[in-house]
Amino acid sequence: MIASSWLLVAFPALGALILLAGGKRTDAWGHLLGCATVIASFVYGLVLFFSTSFDQASDTTLYSWIPVGALQVDFGLRIDALSVIFVLLITGVGALIHIYSIGYMSDDANRRRFFGYLNLFVASMLILVLGNSFVTLYLGWEGVGLASYLLIGWYQDRPTAATAAKKAFLMNRVGDVGLALAIFLMFKYIGSTGYAEVFAGIGDIPPAAITAIALLLLLGACGKSGQFPLQAWLPDAMEGPTPVSALIHAATMVTAGVYLIARAAPIYNLTEDGRLVVTIVGAFTLLLGSIIGCAYDDIKKVLAYSTVSQIGYMMLAVGLGPFGYALGIAHLLTHGFFKAGLFLGAGSVMHAMNDEVDMRKFGGLRSKMPITFATFGLGYLAIIGFPFLSGFFTKDAIIEAAFGQEGWRGWVFGGAALLAAGITGFYMTRLVLLTFFGKQRWREIKSSDGRDFHPHESPTVMTAPMIVLAVGSVGAGAWLILGDRLADFLAPAVGPLAESEHGVLPHAIVPWLTVLISALGVGLAWMLFGRKETAVERPQNVAWPVRAARKDLYGNALNETLVATPSLWATRFAVFLDNRGVDGAVNGLAAALGGGSGRMRRLQTGFVRSYALSMLGGTVLIVAALLMVRFS
Amino acid sequence: MTWLLALILLPLVGALVVAGLRSNDRLATITALAVSLVELALVVPFWLAYDPAGERIQQASSMDWIPNFGIHISFGTDGISLLMIAVIAVLVPIIIGTLGTTGKLPEGRTAGGFLSLVLVQEALTIGVFAATDVFLFYVLFEIMLIPMYFLIGGYGGPNRQYAAVKFFLYSFLGGLIMLASAIGAYSLASDELGQGTFDWATLVEVVRDAPASTQIWLFLGFFLAFAIKAPLIPFHTWLPDAAGQAPIGVTVLLVGVLDKVGTFGFLRYCLPMFPEASKQLAPLVLILAVAGVIYGSVLAAGQQDMKRFVAYVSIAHFGFIALGIFAFQPQAMVGSATYMLNHSLATGMLIIVVGIIAARGGSTRISDYGGMFKLTPILGGMLLIAGLSTLSLPGTNSFISEFLVLLGAFDTRPVYAIIATVGMVLAAAYVLWLYQRIMTGPLRGDALVGVTGDTTAGAPVPSGGGGATATAVEPEVGAKKAIRDLSVKEIAVLAPLVVLIVGLGFYPKPVLDKVTPSVEATLTAVQER
Repeated sequence: MIASSWLLVAFPALGALILLAGGKRTDAWGHLLGCATVIASFVYGLVLFFSTSFDQASDTTLYSWIPVGALQVDFGLRIDALSVIFVLLITGVGALIHIYSIGYMSDDANRRRFFGYLNLFVASMLILVLGNSFVTLYLGWEGVGLASYLLIGWYQDRPTAATAAKKAFLMNRVGDVGLALAIFLMFKYIGSTGYAEVFAGIGDIPPAAITAIALLLLLGACGKSGQFPLQAWLPDAMEGPTPVSALIHAATMVTAGVYLIARAAPIYNLTEDGRLVVTIVGAFTLLLGSIIGCAYDDIKKVLAYSTVSQIGYMMLAVGLGPFGYALGIAHLLTHGFFKAGLFLGAGSVMHAMNDEVDMRKFGGLRSKMPITFATFGLGYLAIIGFPFLSGFFTKDAIIEAAFGQEGWRGWVFGGAALLAAGITGFYMTRLVLLTFFGKQRWREIKSSDGRDFHPHESPTVMTAPMIVLAVGSVGAGAWLILGDRLADFLAPAVGPLAESEHGVLPHAIVPWLTVLISALGVGLAWMLFGRKETAVERPQNVAWPVRAARKDLYGNALNETLVATPSLWATRFAVFLDNRGVDGAVNGLAAALGGGSGRMRRLQTGFVRSYALSMLGGTVLIVAALLMVRFS
Repeated sequence: MTWLLALILLPLVGALVVAGLRSNDRLATITALAVSLVELALVVPFWLAYDPAGERIQQASSMDWIPNFGIHISFGTDGISLLMIAVIAVLVPIIIGTLGTTGKLPEGRTAGGFLSLVLVQEALTIGVFAATDVFLFYVLFEIMLIPMYFLIGGYGGPNRQYAAVKFFLYSFLGGLIMLASAIGAYSLASDELGQGTFDWATLVEVVRDAPASTQIWLFLGFFLAFAIKAPLIPFHTWLPDAAGQAPIGVTVLLVGVLDKVGTFGFLRYCLPMFPEASKQLAPLVLILAVAGVIYGSVLAAGQQDMKRFVAYVSIAHFGFIALGIFAFQPQAMVGSATYMLNHSLATGMLIIVVGIIAARGGSTRISDYGGMFKLTPILGGMLLIAGLSTLSLPGTNSFISEFLVLLGAFDTRPVYAIIATVGMVLAAAYVLWLYQRIMTGPLRGDALVGVTGDTTAGAPVPSGGGGATATAVEPEVGAKKAIRDLSVKEIAVLAPLVVLIVGLGFYPKPVLDKVTPSVEATLTAVQER
């Protein structure tokens, strides 16, 4: 089973190849093939999961990939508890979203190519989590970046989509440079890039190098997972079709940063500074994302910032090291269910509402779309941490672990995570109220393309995956957390889950405190958006914090000022310099030579004796030059 | 006669035949294609026969040319020149195959004349890489300019005369300075051995022990010639003009193959003959290399013209190659040697695709295009594949070499390597921006849209979510009829490049194995001194 685990990658890779190279000939059945390959991988993953013991990692080498002297990079796969969990998440949620896309993309003339890109994504993502060296991880890492680029830019006619796609790729590349430099450091100090060799040798290298590797890996993780300071691309990525947002920009790809840090646990275990920075980035980003999430009227952007914030929770958790690796992965899994479900629900709403995303134009949709409302509602309850649903178990476990830290760390990280839980309650309640409750505001207006709204429930091919994900949103958290089921399973890969003894708040209080704070957020949202009617037009005369949040807390402005504008000016200046400066000097020299040659022409007298004389002169010059060289 | 000599003579004979067929363009094209395919078929056993574990120079042959000065016509191949010979043999049939789809020949020119020059160029370039006599190398280095001069000056764009003269003068001057250095090395040998020689292996033995001050002067002579050829900044300004004016196939030859003589020269001549000078001057070269990476990338982003864009991209890539060579580290140098091959494939494909786009739209200005993908999805996909290889995406051939260069350079020269990694981000920026401007967004641009054209445009307004609304094409404006997707023949011409780009990205071992021993020998030659 393990020896042929390359089949996991091969199915979707073959699907992508057939769908992309096959062209229009595959239009008729392309979407079915796209689903079949992912389902095949999922089935293989399930069989692997139930038939294998994961007490230790098993590496298989497929072939020698980059062999150059001391550097021997194999193309190999690692099957262990961590990777198999991800395989199930990627192919399981992936298969559901492929099926949903059959319905969602049914009007798109290029649906077959869409499935080709999705298959390419799944194959790359599986390489990312299955590779057994940091270079194979890097291959998958940039491969998912390519798939993400292609899918964000799917709606070709929108200039904003192309810009968002490019922005996503570029900000990811900044992170990738960090990952690449970390790999170079590993080769320099350990002489290898394979997991087994690196983790065996990491203890023997200078502590400063370990911290440098940890921080550079974190830079890569920030790029891929939309964490501060590289978070700005993720909300823009919502330009892509909604199934893409659900699969790539919520459930799987953006959580790759969390995977990377959990995978590199043996490195992070050795550097407390490195872990602390991870925790700070997570705590800061989870607040940032939740605050901005309150300000948007675009349903997908609210969910996108919610993703930024929730991944912040996961980063915070894995930054706690042995206290949090398993908790971060647990939240990653439940988030994969409920956030994918929420996105598919949002997609179902958009499908019904002429692709409108402005929640101010929605309202009262619960009676028109009962299944969407029910599944979305369960996802909503899960994310705000309603008692005994998924989020209650996995998010609370992280908040508990954060309060479990000693001294100021406990108060700061725990406090941030607790506060954001309240804000999450606020923005998610606002979203649900604006969309499903209140007056049916869409009755009086037209969509931006001038059509009337006729909301309707989505077809079964779309609602069925939503129902499955809703079941996961309800039950997965309890199943994973109670009795430390996931933590024990993951222990061989990331180490056993440690329990803190010296926390700043007792364990028993935290869950109920969290529920209380979340309830306050929910209540506040109900006061503001549930009790009174919402205007279709967005109010412009608002207080400063709302203005700031609407501008992404100035994240984009910062990028513009620090990077984009200076680069543009540097480019213009360099082009000017090259044309006028470097080439100008050359052409000036040529002109001078031209003038000189005009004078020289008068030397061309036509007399053989003068030619002979000049040849002699030239030879003497060359010989003189040679003599100088030899005897100097 | 060795197999290698046959590889040099066949295109020359072919060129004579093709030159005789100037009256019939079609027959000339078919003949030239046949000759180049036979050449490619002959290169396959030649490649297989090279044994990396054996002697470094294989297939050696030698005959007297000017005995009084110890000048021989001697050829042979090591792993590095093997790579370059193979890539020429792959590219020439593709270049001949693109003739016609990447623009027409100027008025009054025949395919026969053009293709015979291309074949002569192929023979001379193989000769330059295979020469094992320094004087022979010099002579071929200079003679090689002549067919290229006529190819640019006779078949290029409106400003071709200026570009051809500039190209010729730059390279020729560099070559003359190299000649002075070669004669200097010769006289050192005649002092040492009592009899002068230009034999490469003998010269290396003698010159590498010369005092550092002498070495530096001789090194600079060779270096300047190669730095112009490669080109490194600030010797680069001829390339955008030459590449911008040359016809597409010639640009592929020029950027893809000819320029590699420069970086090849660093490896074959500068390092082993002048190890001490190489080490002392390495920081200078590394600064030029890293500056070239950044400068070329920034300028590529700022170009308005597609062909000049490709030229500046190449300048950035030559920076990477020079970085890998002068980092004096095994992985980095193998990276550079394979970069020479991979850059030929990636940039060769990029140039051809750009040429096809320009031939369709009748313009090389980037701003004359926009939203082309919906008319030509296959062409768009090809541009994307070439672009992804250009930005060294893992899974493409270029990733292997750029990764090795940076990984190795980081080992010995971390500061330079870290600065060069900025080039990774810049590469993504200039490639994706080019793709965005030409291929995505609403259909627009004078090259694609005409008021009088038939209205095949108006691709359906897409469904799906998001804030912005799609901008539909004005009803009376439609895509020009000439904008059609790739034909089967054009796909067949590009397919081998796609296969090589992806294939060598996932399985580079055959290339790495051939080249590693020769690179290690070069590196040992530097480090032992």
